[in-house]
Formats: sequence, structure tokens, C-alpha cells
Amino acid sequence: MTGMCRALKLCAIRQLVMGGLLLAAFGGTAWAEGNPRDPYEGFNRTMFSANEVIDKYAAKPVAQVYDKATPLPVKAGVGNFFGNVGDLWIGVNSALQGKFGDAGIDLGRLAINSTVGIFGLFDVASELGLEKHEEDFGQTMAVWGVGDGGYLFWPIIGPRTLRDTGGWVVDSYVDPVWRARPISARNSMVALRFVDIRASLLPADKVVEEAALDKYAYIRDAYLQRRRNQIFDGRPPRLDD
Amino acid sequence: MMKKLLAFVFAAFLASSVFAQEAPDALIQQVTEEVLDIIRKDKDIQNGNTQKAIDLVEKKVLPHFNFPRMTALAVGKDWRKATGTQQQQLVGEFKTLLVRTYSNALTGYKNQKIVYKPFKMAAGETDVLVRTEVLQPGSKPVQLDYSLEKIEAGWKVYDVTIAGISLVTNYRDQFGQEVRNGGIDGLVASLVAKNKSLESNLAKADKK
Repeated sequence: MTGMCRALKLCAIRQLVMGGLLLAAFGGTAWAEGNPRDPYEGFNRTMFSANEVIDKYAAKPVAQVYDKATPLPVKAGVGNFFGNVGDLWIGVNSALQGKFGDAGIDLGRLAINSTVGIFGLFDVASELGLEKHEEDFGQTMAVWGVGDGGYLFWPIIGPRTLRDTGGWVVDSYVDPVWRARPISARNSMVALRFVDIRASLLPADKVVEEAALDKYAYIRDAYLQRRRNQIFDGRPPRLDD
Repeated sequence: MMKKLLAFVFAAFLASSVFAQEAPDALIQQVTEEVLDIIRKDKDIQNGNTQKAIDLVEKKVLPHFNFPRMTALAVGKDWRKATGTQQQQLVGEFKTLLVRTYSNALTGYKNQKIVYKPFKMAAGETDVLVRTEVLQPGSKPVQLDYSLEKIEAGWKVYDVTIAGISLVTNYRDQFGQEVRNGGIDGLVASLVAKNKSLESNLAKADKK
């Protein structure tokens, strides 16, 4: 146990997950009539409200400044760089799901973009027709037959199902960005990536605010639909209406 | 004379039936390109004039949508509990809500390109999925799919899916919650309230 806990981050995450589960176990009963896919709704809504505050006063303003101040080519470079760093693990997950052709493309992308694409700043591989895939360990587990395990909303991290929370812990553990040294460089990169992702979501903010009757439920259901779509690689079987 | 008239009627009949049987993928492409073309030339819409975007959507896009079907899908099993009048109210309010929110999204247009995925359809099929992709510089392509159903009036869109998220069924749980809390009338009332608040935001934005 302590061995695994050596990485302080992982330890903190585990505590968060355990704490969350405990809270969820007690909080969940309050929403007896709730959604079967959202058994921890009481806990989740509390976390969602907390996150709304964090987002309003910290994450969103920073992302807005970044979005305004950064020229498009720089933003594209930042997105491409982190995308490239992720392609190795995406390739591993493609392979773990038995999609060896995709895995080959992922590794080909990594090779091309890391060299011709100058450390991944340019996504040359996409121009050459090697399409980027979206894979992570949560999807791999889903393909292996692990169920959702209920929906959870985490502050800062955002929505994850129970399975995908586990997947996220594994993804972060092998993530080269989290392993970068010195620590100061790692912290800057983690922060930059977070801001970049948040900035990419800015256009969606207004639509969600306007479209949703209940923002919490709107985001939850959108997340669950999107995950299902990712797990089935963009071609999910139709659900009966 | 009679012959000529007959020929004309026949030709008109042929033309109209050809129109009605226009392939669904061709329809999506034609409407998309037409709308994007207008937006590319319209600085007002690009600068965030929502009212103009709404007018564009109402004129060019809405005729190709089947809103009663969309509303029924969004409401789900509660739909049959609604009376005819309630169903009409729901269709009207849901249409207003969708048009408002997604017209607004059009004002964010910045040189995105649409790629139309290869489309195959078996003869006699009446329910299809037309797949497209939105390409934008510096970001991942976004999947944008249209579900169409063939009815008497031709092919009509009944669902739009962005990155796997159905704009229609994403409402189902929220609507179900409203119906549980206040019945069908409760759902109608909260849609009316939502649309009123969007309307007043729009009015405020116009004054600026």
C-alpha cells in the first residue's frame, strides 16, 4: 500500500475517491426517485456546486485571459503538443482493445509529429491522413466489459463514471506530463494543459447555460452520451426510444 | 392544348416527386452549404447578432426539421400522457428553445469546414443517419450527425448529434424530472419560463 502511495498525487487521488465513495454512500439515499445511472446524485450535486464556484472565480477567468491573449497558432501548438504526448498511451489503449490497426496509426502519428512536427507542435500526421483517436484506460475497461458503476462529479476533474474515475487514475499515473521533471516544469505543464482544455470549452459554456433547464443534469447526460459514443468509436448501437 | 397541359402537369408532378425523394445526404449538404454561405457573408451574424441568426435558422433550417417527432423523443414515455393541446404547447416551446440556443451557436462561426462522410442507403429505407464532421483549425474534428426520417413531406431531420451527444434525448431526464415534479403542465410552464428568460437576455443584448 505505502509503495503505491509513494506518488503523493496518487495517494491524494485515492483518498479523494474513497472519501467520495463514502460520502456518496450516505448522500445517495436522499434522491430516492432519482436517475438509476446517477446513484450518488446528492453527493454529485454538492460537488457540482462547489465546482461552479471554483470555475467562476478561478478556472474560467484564467482560461478567458489565455484565450484572448494567445494567438491562434500558439494555442494550436499547445493543443497539438499535449495531443502528441498523449498519442503513445492512446496507442497502448487501442492495442489493449484489440484495435491493432488503430494502434499502428497512433504510434505512426507519434513518430511523425515528434520529428517532422517539431516536438509535436504541428499535427503533420493529421494532414497526412493519420486520424487522431480518442482512447483512454476507462474506455479500455469498458471494452473489456467493466460497467459504468454510476456517475460521479468531481471538482476540477469534472464528470467521470466510477469506472472512468479508476481509468483516469491509471491514465494520470502513466501520463508523461505528470512525470516531467523538474517539478516546477511539471506543474507549469499540468497547469497549461488544464487552462488549454478549459479554454477549448469556452464556446460551449453559453450554449449549455442557455439550453439547459437543469445545468447539472444537462452536463451529466451529455457526458454519459459522449462517453458511450467514445467507447463505441463514434458508432454506438441505437438505443430504443 | 390539352396534351400540353397534361405534359406540364406530369412534368410538375415528376419534379415535385423528385424533390420529395431527394437523397437525405444531398439535402443535408445543400442546406448546410447554403446556411454557411450566408453566415460567411453576414458580418452581423459573425459579430453575435443572435436575432439575425434566429431569422436565418427559421427561414432555411426549420422547414427540414420534424419538431413534433423531436419533442416526442425528448419527452419520452410521458408524451402519451399529454393531451393534444399540451403536445402542441410542448412542441412550440421546445422549438423556440432549440432555435434560440443553437442559433446562438452559429454566431460563433469561425471558418469551420464541414466534411460529408460517405453515405449509403438501402432502397426503401425511411430512417437514416447522415454523418458529417466539423473541421476547425487547431482543434480535433467534431462529429456532427443528423437522423432523418422520410415522411409524406419528404426527408425531415428528427435528431442532431454533436460528438455523440443527441441534442434531443439529452433533454429526456430533465423533462422527466419536470413531469414528476409538476406534471405535463409543470414541464410546459418551465419551458415557457426558460424561453422568457432567454428572450429578456436577448433584448438586453440588443440594447447594448
